[in-house]
Amino acid sequence: MKRFLAFVKKEFLHIFRDIRTLIIIFGIPVAQILIFGFVVRTDIKNAGVAIMDLSQDDVSRKLTDKIISSGFFLNTGYLSNYTEIETEFRKGNTRAVLIFGKDFGRNLTREGKAVMSIIADGSDPNAATLITNYTMAIVRDFNIDIAGPALSGSGVIVPEVKMFYNPNLQSHFTFVPGVITLILILICALMTSVTISREKEFGTMEVLLVSPLRPVQIILGKVTPYFLLSFINVILILLLSWIVFDLPVKGSLVLLLAETMLYILMSLSLGILISTISDTMQQAIFISFLGLMLPTIILSGFIFPIENMHQVYNLVSMIVPPRYFIVIIKNIMIKGTGLMFVWKETLILLLMTIFFISVSIRKFRLRLE
Amino acid sequence: MTGNRVISVRNLVKKFGSFTANDNLNFDVYEGEIFGFLGANGAGKTTALRILSGLSAPTSGEVMVAGYDATKESEMIKRNIGYMCQKFSLYEDLTVRENIMLYGGIYGMSRQLIREQEQKLLNRLNFNEFRNRVISDLPLGLRQKLAFSVALLHQPKIIFLDEPTGGVDPITRRQFWEMIYETASAGITIFVTTHYMDEAEYCDRVCIMNEGRIVALDTPENLKKQYNALNVEEVFIKIARPLKETV
Amino acid sequence: MKIIDSWRIGKKYGEVQALDDLTFSVNESEIFGFIGPDGAGKTTLFRIITTLLLPDEGKMRVLGVDVVRGFKELRRKTGYMPGRFSLYNDLTVQENLEFYATVFGTTVKENYDLIADIYSHIEPFRKRLAGKLSGGMKQKLALSCALIHKPSLLVLDEPTTGIDAVSRSEFWDLLGKLRKHRITVVVSTPYMDEAMRCDRVALIQNGKILSVDEPDKIRQGFSRKLFTIRSADKYSLITAVRKYPGTLTAYPFGETVHITFSGDLYDDSLFRYLEGMGIKDAVISEAEAGIEDRFLELMEKGATA
Repeated sequence: MKRFLAFVKKEFLHIFRDIRTLIIIFGIPVAQILIFGFVVRTDIKNAGVAIMDLSQDDVSRKLTDKIISSGFFLNTGYLSNYTEIETEFRKGNTRAVLIFGKDFGRNLTREGKAVMSIIADGSDPNAATLITNYTMAIVRDFNIDIAGPALSGSGVIVPEVKMFYNPNLQSHFTFVPGVITLILILICALMTSVTISREKEFGTMEVLLVSPLRPVQIILGKVTPYFLLSFINVILILLLSWIVFDLPVKGSLVLLLAETMLYILMSLSLGILISTISDTMQQAIFISFLGLMLPTIILSGFIFPIENMHQVYNLVSMIVPPRYFIVIIKNIMIKGTGLMFVWKETLILLLMTIFFISVSIRKFRLRLE
Repeated sequence: MTGNRVISVRNLVKKFGSFTANDNLNFDVYEGEIFGFLGANGAGKTTALRILSGLSAPTSGEVMVAGYDATKESEMIKRNIGYMCQKFSLYEDLTVRENIMLYGGIYGMSRQLIREQEQKLLNRLNFNEFRNRVISDLPLGLRQKLAFSVALLHQPKIIFLDEPTGGVDPITRRQFWEMIYETASAGITIFVTTHYMDEAEYCDRVCIMNEGRIVALDTPENLKKQYNALNVEEVFIKIARPLKETV
Repeated sequence: MKIIDSWRIGKKYGEVQALDDLTFSVNESEIFGFIGPDGAGKTTLFRIITTLLLPDEGKMRVLGVDVVRGFKELRRKTGYMPGRFSLYNDLTVQENLEFYATVFGTTVKENYDLIADIYSHIEPFRKRLAGKLSGGMKQKLALSCALIHKPSLLVLDEPTTGIDAVSRSEFWDLLGKLRKHRITVVVSTPYMDEAMRCDRVALIQNGKILSVDEPDKIRQGFSRKLFTIRSADKYSLITAVRKYPGTLTAYPFGETVHITFSGDLYDDSLFRYLEGMGIKDAVISEAEAGIEDRFLELMEKGATA
């Protein structure tokens, strides 16, 4: 035990002596969260809105006036044809188009009910959400004005929201789970693999192997500091996103932290596995980047939705562990669901962890060949 | 020693901030001479070598190498010197031939000239059969001879060797020194930097550096007589140890 | 008991025979040197002794324990200093030493007397990062770390490579002092002159042992009479002397040329011959052969055999 503690102490010394790595470990997640915190605005002012009023009736004009005069929006023009919508968005000033169909007025008078469409530019998902929410609130108000509170439930004018670009409306909020997923695999896998291969490169591994330290002690000694650091990091990210984004964990925090620990463990065992197949730090970094970072960014659903992937990529993404963790963490953090909804993903991660740990312990050589 | 001076160093000073790496060095090296440059790590050897090879400029003083001023004409110096260090001279994953072509290309030699020199070199080393072999397949001794010959490909006036024979077997080492003798007798100056005192014994003159200064400069024979020592290593220890203990 | 008993040890890397039929033994409390050039197989052999590699052929017992089966036990009893000093450059001198002490289940205090001679040289710098030490100081720290658990056997792989002459000489003085602690030292070096600092040496080349003996006896094993010849023009001298019919071998040796003659004799015809070649200042004298002369002779025999 004393040996093990001495080893852990040494690892912490390595980490704290290397200020640059420390900055990377804690600086990158904090910076990412903060950048998004500032980029994402929580209120809108003078968002460009174009009007396509094919009905040209009294109600549609009144509603348009009410929306434009609310102070949140700025009229950027009138459209007369559906084909003009894309061109309008391309110009860049218009964030949303309000559409009253040809039959809007007629339906309203004949059936007491009509549909209006809001088409928002989904490439800025946060703004799109805010614009549609504001517009719908105004429409709700308007409904009460014309029909009285009793009818507002079913509504007289029914707003229908559509997204131009990014139809799934990937919100920036989903970036927080993404950052956690990426940072954990970066710190745990990359750092552990680098720190073990560094000992090989500097020849210190030879002496460690010759010492009475058991391989399990070496592996655990390498892993423990990064486990702790990663855990602190996750809590830091969660706190920051709560403070900056006002984004609380909707589901169980205990469950989230437990799942996170599982994922950290999986990443650490992956890191050890990488170190057993690389003799230099350079190799370890290279393998981590190609084998972990890129798949995490591209194939995990972090940036590109898995549903939209080509089938081949979809299949490949099945073996990318972050894919499952992203599902788990999104479910718990954003949707607020419990273990019932993520048990499958959890089981897959658990099996992967067991697999990686057993392979890496077996592959960790007692000798030099 | 007589003959033409190919290196002449006068009052060379090199400072890094408040640290003086080279403190008023003065020496000459002559054509066809084998000049040994000795000193412990941090004695200022590497700094002086960088200045002599045109890689860094002196803080003050006058340094002439192969007829060019090290402060103003460092590019001309680079064209007229060769450099070989034991560990990293040839690309291990390229063939003998590819290394020669690359090296000749770097020095702007014409294809015709490279080919001629290549043939001469391979004949002299009896290396024709290895022409298309990858360097890493060759034994250490052969690699070293090849590295030396390649460094001479562009016919430099001076060649700098960094610990050229450290770690090689006794026969190869002697073959290597014979190559060096041969090169020197053809008028090329050999500048050997080493902290391997055994190599110093083979030099015509040795210069011992300590803490940025030259503390001895003479033939190995004279130094041994002066310090009443059996070999250059003893000379070095006798000079350097008292200095070290005052630190 | 022999500290190391090696019987017909062989090791191959692919097609390359790194070690070939090595049989030797090391006695208690002696300094045993393996002298040979880079690539001779010294590091491979040391890794087998320290249980880091498995031999392909043969048997080896270290401290009476089989290196293959008893590796756990041996790893406690051996101190090992690999070719690249195994230090953590981002830890201080003291942190390095304390780390290795704890890992080997001891404390710096417990075995301080053992390393006192060595560590006292670097103790003033104990707060300095190991990466900032000079080569000589790094080497002393690495030696202190390898000794801190009072090993019965100390294995040093090229401890003096790249170290300046003063530090090298000090290092050998320190190794000599370990004898009184009954620690056996096995050390490798490419420097022939260091052979004289060992109790016994093995000359090793291409994975084979050329000779094992006390250094003086190896020297005396030189089978011919050795002469040194000198002249201002070394290159002309050596080419001329080689062509002289009576010459057996001629090798440059520092300022002189070491030469042997058939029948161990030369006569005035040598000087006449040299004068004919334009060398008028040749001076010849008889000399004692050194380790390197013997190494050359053994290599030649190996080449012709």
